[in-house]
Amino acid sequence: MPKKKSPPITEAWRGITFTRRALVVGGAQAAVGVALAARMAYISVIDNDKYVLESESNRVNLTLVPPRRGWIVDRHGKALANNRVSLRIDIIPDRLHNKELVLGQLQTLLRLDGDAMERINRDLKAASGFQPVAVKEDMTEAEYSSILVRLPELPGVAPQRGFARNYPTGAAVGHLIGYVGAPTAEEYQKVKDPLYITPGFRTGKDGLEKYFQPMLRGKPGAKRVEVTARGKVVRELGGTDDVQGKTVHLTIDADLQEYVARRMGRESGAAVVIDCHNGDILSFVSMPSFDPNSFSDGISSNEYAWLRADDHQPLINKATRGLYPPGSTLKPMAAIAAVEHGVDPSERHTCVGGYRLGSRFFRCLGTHGSLDMPSAIMKSCNSYFYWLAHRLGYDAMAPTARLLGLGEEFQLAGSNQRYGTIPDSAWKMKKYDQAWSASDSLNAVIGQGYVSVNPLQLAVMASRIASGRHLYPRLVNREFKNEALPFSPEALAVARHGMDLVVNGAGTAVRSRLPLDGITMAGKTGTAQVRGLGTGNGKSGTWKFRDHGLFIGFAPVVNPRYATAVVIEHGMGGSRAAAPVAKDFMTFLFDREKAMEALETFEAGWGGTIKERMDRDYAAWKAGASSDPDPGVPQ
Amino acid sequence: MIPVPPAIQRIPWKLIAILAGITGFGLLVLYSAAGGNWSPWAWQQGVRFLVFLGVALVIGRFPLRIFEDFAYIGYIGILVLLIAVELLGFVGGGSQRWLNLGFMNLQPSELMKVAIVIALARFYAQLPPGNTRTFTALWPALVMIGLPAALVMLQPDLGTALAICIGGVVVMFVAGLPFWWFGSTAVAGLAALPVLFSFLHDYQQKRVLIFLDPESDPLGAGYHISQSKIAIGSGGIGGKGFLNGSQSHLDYLPEGHTDFIFATMAEEWGLIGGLALLFGFFLLLRWSTRVALRARTRFGQLTAAGLTMTIFFYIAINLMMVMGLAPVVGIPLPLFSYGGSSMLTIMTCVGIMLAIENDSKTGSRRFH
Repeated sequence: MPKKKSPPITEAWRGITFTRRALVVGGAQAAVGVALAARMAYISVIDNDKYVLESESNRVNLTLVPPRRGWIVDRHGKALANNRVSLRIDIIPDRLHNKELVLGQLQTLLRLDGDAMERINRDLKAASGFQPVAVKEDMTEAEYSSILVRLPELPGVAPQRGFARNYPTGAAVGHLIGYVGAPTAEEYQKVKDPLYITPGFRTGKDGLEKYFQPMLRGKPGAKRVEVTARGKVVRELGGTDDVQGKTVHLTIDADLQEYVARRMGRESGAAVVIDCHNGDILSFVSMPSFDPNSFSDGISSNEYAWLRADDHQPLINKATRGLYPPGSTLKPMAAIAAVEHGVDPSERHTCVGGYRLGSRFFRCLGTHGSLDMPSAIMKSCNSYFYWLAHRLGYDAMAPTARLLGLGEEFQLAGSNQRYGTIPDSAWKMKKYDQAWSASDSLNAVIGQGYVSVNPLQLAVMASRIASGRHLYPRLVNREFKNEALPFSPEALAVARHGMDLVVNGAGTAVRSRLPLDGITMAGKTGTAQVRGLGTGNGKSGTWKFRDHGLFIGFAPVVNPRYATAVVIEHGMGGSRAAAPVAKDFMTFLFDREKAMEALETFEAGWGGTIKERMDRDYAAWKAGASSDPDPGVPQ
Repeated sequence: MIPVPPAIQRIPWKLIAILAGITGFGLLVLYSAAGGNWSPWAWQQGVRFLVFLGVALVIGRFPLRIFEDFAYIGYIGILVLLIAVELLGFVGGGSQRWLNLGFMNLQPSELMKVAIVIALARFYAQLPPGNTRTFTALWPALVMIGLPAALVMLQPDLGTALAICIGGVVVMFVAGLPFWWFGSTAVAGLAALPVLFSFLHDYQQKRVLIFLDPESDPLGAGYHISQSKIAIGSGGIGGKGFLNGSQSHLDYLPEGHTDFIFATMAEEWGLIGGLALLFGFFLLLRWSTRVALRARTRFGQLTAAGLTMTIFFYIAINLMMVMGLAPVVGIPLPLFSYGGSSMLTIMTCVGIMLAIENDSKTGSRRFH
């Protein structure tokens, strides 16, 4: 509108202008109204699906129910690891309004100590929203109900009936099964699965629990509840049940496992029993052990310190991680190697109390006179084997040792192995850049020097000698070929005959004959010196420096069914410490009652079952009285 | 047919029906928002409505002359109150918006929304027509708007300050001031927006930024807008049903009975309820626009147009806010939201417009 040509402004003009402009304003208002209606239609019709979803996710809160963990059972279906009901209290951070008051109440009611309060406060700071924070697990009914009755005054506190891992035989399966524990922050960071930060959820931390974690885990359930913005639960909307993890079937015989563990008594050592038909590991024991129940409940730092302080090393699985000089238990293997290399087993060698090699004289433990091969095994004559080793060289024997499983790392579920050394000239050259000497051969043939093996390998060797087949040890039902060993029947027969004589002839383990009619055990003792050969006396003195006692064996002698290896650390001798243990658990396999009688007599002398002894030792340790590091005179 | 007595005929039944319809719908929503209870909000709001309706009808009986005569005095009085509030706040060490009168808290800024319209209407009614396009028509109006708007901004209350400005500017616009003044001011205003933005308080700036991107802060200040949109959007066409709104009943929707009551309603009544309410407001605004067009005096015309805008501004800003089209400013939905102050303002506007309507029935049109 050109300003200069505008007509004179009159009241009439003003009236018209007013009407016009009022209509413009009204029109603009109407346009805004239409735009608002369109906007609303857009939100509520076009975007309806999206907002319905968001509204539902506001309204409905999903909490995970940790799945029940799968059982681990033995060959007969008996539980080695199962679940028990566990009463627990959690805090839902979003529903916690008066933190100080509620925590104070919980502290009084549940008698939580400073450590626990600190952990709860730390977890609460890290947690957000509806992610529950554990306050206490495994509560007694009394504690649990004391919380239940006060629940209305404790907003944010969520009591739950959950499940906890349970190991019925406790320490007997510690090293075999491993244990479970709450997932660490790193584990959660890796998978980002909310289940991993749900209280009550456990993952396998060690042993089979860790190895079979994916199988045992199961699928979590879910609980749907309607909640207000402040987290008050309005009502339950139902949910889905958890799916229990799969059961893992082991080849272990739970009863034997427990018997062997108990029979080890206060000793430190390992014992493995293998089925000679198929390589099934029936018992896999390392003692002393820890109680996996303690670990699964979250072990206290005190108890852990106690376990670490023990010089018997309960935290190490000696069956696969303990390396020992095998001593004379390698003699049957040497015999097989010798026969395979053309030595006539009936050829005799005279023991004069040792063997002269150049200027050195290698001692024998006795003066055995004229011996053939089986009787050399029976008497465990070093001279005879020095003579063999000097004649053949150890390079002829090492391959046989390896064929029998020594120096081998087995593919075994959940185990972490140290596989030791079977030396030969190439090995020595590589490792020390030195030529193999004849004295090396002499030391190796009696299982000293560079030779080191673990108890599992010894048991495999026993099972292979007994069966004549390349048995592969297994804890679960995996198929192996188990082909025949490339040894002549004669060679195996000599070794078996010698081992028979050890127990049932005039050998080193005659005191460990099976107290059974018609069933006999064959075996071979071994005594491994901890200090250097020929120095000191390994038969007494400080526990730490006593000789290891070893034993390998199988039973029955005819058609062998079970093979075994036992190592008793610092047991002062195979016939003294290891063979009697083997005798009792081999008896157990054929006559349980007789074996149990023997065990109960022993346990009465040791001061009760494993658990009773551990509880007492721990209490004593906590009281400041350090438990006697020397177990005293063995049985 | 029974003759209707004139006293009853003179009562504006249609208008009362519109107001009662909107408020009644609001009472249902308040009933639901309280979890299916008349207390604490619905019955109180109902009683308040009846009282204020009575007040409006009484105001409507006043001669229009009185408003015109007291326009400046009222304006100045309220301006003094605004300054008093500001001083009280200054002395008290914090910002304050109301004066405690003992029996009620008086918010002078609410009264100013009405007073500015009346005062400007008086000013332009007295202005000789020939001066309409001169500077004389402009600067007194700008001062009259600028003073209270600045005081309210200091409180700080952006919503009310805007309402005062809009009411005043619309009166200036319909008074016939040159069109290009408004056009160029609007352009200049848009250009100056970033500068104005920098004058806002931190929390106000944050609100504006979050309005532009609500998802950037879903648990903080953007929470209001997000939850409001969820409530409206999840209602769909027919709504979740009366008393079935989860957003409001489970407290996800903040201020579900006051500023965000429209979202509460939309969740349960859906698009249909929303359109019905918009139609109700349309009827109310159509009535008030008609009052303006039919007003007998220039003062009446300008006042009615300005007050119409004041009511409209409430509705539009509130709805834009709950639908995520405007930042969160504390402006309630007239007649619908629980609360006395806004209802008092609206009913005062209605009362004054009733007076204008009555005035226009008494004689011939005169634009003195």
